[in-house]
Amino acid sequence: MTALELAKQLKAKFGDWLSDPAEFRGEISLRLADAERIAEVGAFAKQALGFDYLVDITSLDNYGNDPRWTVVYHLYGIAHRCYLRLSLGVNEEKSALPTVTGVWRTADWHEREIYDMMGIRFRGHPDLRRILMWEGYPYFPLRKDFPLAGKPSEVPDVAFSKPAPLEGGPFVTAPGGKDAIEREPRGRTPES
Amino acid sequence: MADARDINVPDTGAQAAAVEELQDVQGEKMVLNMGPSHPSTHGVLRIVLELDGEIITRAVPDIGYLHRGDEKIAENMTYTQFIPYTDRLDYLAPLANNVAYALAVEKLLGIQDQLPPRCQYIRVLCCELARISSHLLGVGCFAMDVGALTVFLLTFTEREKIYNLAEAISGARFTTSYTRIGGVSRDTPPGWCAAVRQFVNEVVVNIAEVETLLTRNKIWVDRTKDVGVISKADAVDYGLSGPNLRGSGVNYDLRKDQPYLCYRDLQFDVPLGEVGDCYDRYLVRMEEMRQSVRIIHQCLDKIPGGFDNRSKEPVNVADGKIVLPPKDKVLSSMEELIHQFMLVTQGMNVPPGEIYFGHENPKGELGFYIHSRGGGTPYRLKIRSPSFVNLSILSHLLPGHMMSDTTAILGSFDFVMGECDR
Repeated sequence: MTALELAKQLKAKFGDWLSDPAEFRGEISLRLADAERIAEVGAFAKQALGFDYLVDITSLDNYGNDPRWTVVYHLYGIAHRCYLRLSLGVNEEKSALPTVTGVWRTADWHEREIYDMMGIRFRGHPDLRRILMWEGYPYFPLRKDFPLAGKPSEVPDVAFSKPAPLEGGPFVTAPGGKDAIEREPRGRTPES
Repeated sequence: MADARDINVPDTGAQAAAVEELQDVQGEKMVLNMGPSHPSTHGVLRIVLELDGEIITRAVPDIGYLHRGDEKIAENMTYTQFIPYTDRLDYLAPLANNVAYALAVEKLLGIQDQLPPRCQYIRVLCCELARISSHLLGVGCFAMDVGALTVFLLTFTEREKIYNLAEAISGARFTTSYTRIGGVSRDTPPGWCAAVRQFVNEVVVNIAEVETLLTRNKIWVDRTKDVGVISKADAVDYGLSGPNLRGSGVNYDLRKDQPYLCYRDLQFDVPLGEVGDCYDRYLVRMEEMRQSVRIIHQCLDKIPGGFDNRSKEPVNVADGKIVLPPKDKVLSSMEELIHQFMLVTQGMNVPPGEIYFGHENPKGELGFYIHSRGGGTPYRLKIRSPSFVNLSILSHLLPGHMMSDTTAILGSFDFVMGECDR
């Protein structure tokens, strides 16, 4: 069973939703017309075609083109040793598509990473939080309109939580000071 | 009952947030913040553990402390310029990362089959040395985490020799950047192959010694056997790869399943575990080192051109549009000068297209997805790092284990945060 045959079977099942298989450097790619059906296509690929191993999910920013996002799934079958690439477009207004965590649990962190880096949301994901950047970070750094040098962002003073019980007291480090003298309790006079 | 918690860190705000998040109405559970700089987290992994007595009831891994934005950086430089960044992914096996990245770009260029045989053998030698190096550290640290310090000292002595070999071949002990797109930066120096032969003869003795220290050691077996059991189905579902996947008995090794370089011509076995516990993952790593030694011996026997390349076999593809021409030609010949100039200023002209290449790295499947729109820089480069995917199973695996099993499980996973956070 080759990847091309498997791709044709997938195409036969979903018909016009999928493009014809394209081959480049020995790899087979299919494009899915409607992002909403990815979970369904994934479930069929896993159960009927043996693509039990989700290698990777990644995303592209087609800045200036519509649809702005491309999400790319790399599937692999451990038994038949074939790769298959599924890609789909998501437009900027929507920036959301269904999760595949119900099909492959490894999708959990991959989808969190895409949300973190590109800002595409996955509906139905059990725990869609930022994963590499910190909670509360305002930008999506892998977008093409985000500069390589980065943008200044507010880092919340005391990590990202409520004040500590003794905060503001004479013996507690004052966060947010411009230098160590301002922050350190022993550098302050007790009344200041 | 609300006083059952004891938070010793006066303020890490994140700790307070974690307590808030995991608060239990009865106040009987304790939240323990493990990491980001705990000795057994091998870098900067943080796990927020919710404990009921000594039993873990919930585990929330928190990663990203070492995030450097490698994928963003890659979009802004030529393919060749990114090679040094690959050293810093899995920094315990930089040679293997270099090879993986070079092979990915070569696949995109469509020159994978044109690599000269000597180059392929050198690259396989590098990969297998990196595998031994990484597994030596993995096993050594694993043993140290559960209390057997001697093993760590033994394995580190051997790793030192691999660093010497890396230095001899690439000029750097650690950040090797040895491969180039279409070849390697230089041929093996005189005497290198003989030194590799001597090293593998010594390392088998060391591996056997480690084996006598651990494999039937009652303390070791008690700490690792039936701890952290991952079923076959879970391992595949969570996308584990490398020794962690094979420890669960899934036969998936890219060197066999998607043969690249000259692995098709080499004989080696893929060790598999049975139970999928920490002990099996340890055994798989030990056997993989022996298989690597076997591969290295075969490579040294078969390497085209022999040890010191008397017959002057090429180590780079003969294409001036991909590989930098030799320096003496650059200064004397017009065509080579143009090639050199174009390569350095604009990079090679890569065709538009997208490829994924998965490489069997010591830690698992290191994959590069490259989307090119032509020209000298990738439009998007995604690194599929094995440690990132391997760690995602923790929140599923840890609950139900004793607190002290955490170190054994983390040790048996052998992850690297440089690669996980990228």
